[in-house]
Amino acid sequence: MIPSKEEIRAICDSRFSPAVYEKLRQSSVAVAGLGGLGSNIAVMLARTGIGRLKLIDFDRVDLSNLNRQVYDVRHLGQLKTEALAQRLREINPYIDLELYNGRITEAQVGDVFSGYRYICEAFDGPEDKAMLAQQVLSCLPRAYLVAGSGMAGYDDADRIRTRKVSRRFYVCGDEQSDIAEGIGLMAPRVAVCAGHQANKIVQLILEER
Amino acid sequence: MKVNGEEKKLESRMTLGQYLEQQGYDLKRVAAELNGEILPRSEFQNRELSDADTLEIVHFVGGG
Repeated sequence: MIPSKEEIRAICDSRFSPAVYEKLRQSSVAVAGLGGLGSNIAVMLARTGIGRLKLIDFDRVDLSNLNRQVYDVRHLGQLKTEALAQRLREINPYIDLELYNGRITEAQVGDVFSGYRYICEAFDGPEDKAMLAQQVLSCLPRAYLVAGSGMAGYDDADRIRTRKVSRRFYVCGDEQSDIAEGIGLMAPRVAVCAGHQANKIVQLILEER
Repeated sequence: MKVNGEEKKLESRMTLGQYLEQQGYDLKRVAAELNGEILPRSEFQNRELSDADTLEIVHFVGGG
């Protein structure tokens, strides 16, 4: 039995208050990269009641992803955008999703993210992360960027923090532990960082004046 | 000059690009805000630093 839109809404209203839920429901968030960070961020934002998400990735689900990303064996070989859309609709059948399959170049940033005020950077490569930060902050003067940097391995979870770089720019992570230095990404610490990013987005939406 | 919240003495005249390189940053992995304004990488070598500047540097590491 799939619950009705009204049933889901009534539950969210009673948990969060109608005013808060309405604000979340009318918000749009873009998630750039749907790996360990992005797939977890999208699930948390969907559960929180964000009305519209843009899901961006060029890749397909691989067996090596299942140790930390929200996909499961049924998704192997599928585009990450489509696999994640399926997961999110199982959480909230009424969420509004926009999918973008492909890599994002510098020149496309303005177009791909236009209409999205809240942007999560969840790419894998440091050069792509830096490119996205520069482009979003310079081309989209109203957008907020919440980026991830440094969440590999199993060092203390509380070394991962949210740093305010400037009014529209936040970085979550320990800003040090690099996948290139031996130990790869592991589910717990990636999820901690994803939680920081999703939480900052929710806070920005609800505290916006 | 203020760099990521800490006072730093600028030892000689240099551009943002020269400063970042001197500090060991990989320019392709950096996002830098000078006095609250994000600078594209193509500007790093043109922008001269002064002691009155406030610089915020994010040096991205891999993983996501």
